[in-house]
Amino acid sequence: MTPELWHALIGGLLIGAGAAALLLLNGKIAGISGILDKIIRASLGPQAWRLAFLLGLVAPAAISGLGSISIEASLPVLGLAGLLVGWGTHTGSGCTSGHGVCGIANLSPRSLLATATFMATAMLTVFLLRHVLPAWHS
Amino acid sequence: MAFLTALLAGALFGAGLLLSRMCDPERVLGFLDVAGSWNPALALTMAGAILVASPAFFWVRRRDRNALGVATELPNRYNITKRLLGGSAVFGVGWGLSGICPGPGLLLLTGGSVQAVVFLGGLLAGFFIAAWTKAPRKSPPSALARTAS
Repeated sequence: MTPELWHALIGGLLIGAGAAALLLLNGKIAGISGILDKIIRASLGPQAWRLAFLLGLVAPAAISGLGSISIEASLPVLGLAGLLVGWGTHTGSGCTSGHGVCGIANLSPRSLLATATFMATAMLTVFLLRHVLPAWHS
Repeated sequence: MAFLTALLAGALFGAGLLLSRMCDPERVLGFLDVAGSWNPALALTMAGAILVASPAFFWVRRRDRNALGVATELPNRYNITKRLLGGSAVFGVGWGLSGICPGPGLLLLTGGSVQAVVFLGGLLAGFFIAAWTKAPRKSPPSALARTAS
């Protein structure tokens, strides 16, 4: 395996360890959209663990830097994408972490279906943007 | 205690997003671009994460308690609704447009770019719009709804 694949795998194991730790030690699901949503909208109930999880989440990137990243979408597209991700994850009760990692690890048909749905529409969107739209324009 | 364990769990999760390059939108789009030069690396990330989290969920599901003996209720696994599918479909379109989902979106904020701020602004606005426009859940069922269900 190439270093890139090793990093992808070990990164995944760390993500799983984080989700396992939050479940075993806090009894909570590591669903990032839900955690952020409930903090921002100031839901009732204990918030301290949510804040701690999000602080921990960004700490490695804040300390070591993001490395080389590229964001190619324009600002209007990013704003629209954010809006769709926010509306969609609130309405669908989860994102890549809550449904894709925790839900599937919990053998939840509900989360498996949600994950299959957002993966399919994401792949379709990329297909249209990268392969259909350019051909149309040229 | 709960604060420290959640901080640790978040740090593990965040280190994983960073190491796997899940925080790089271009890498994510390369994974989603199955008809182009598909980069399957992030499939390993997802598989690795599920592999490690599964035993923890199995353990808690069996006992209804976490490792510290505190009663723990897991989400309903079978409640498949139009809201679940519609919301997930819309989320996927946003993910495909940007290559950013909520966790990586937060990591990107540490880079301080305008792009990350604009995405996050849209994300938070989306939460509020979804919460405000949601049909009230606990309205008394109408005769029609009773017949339909």
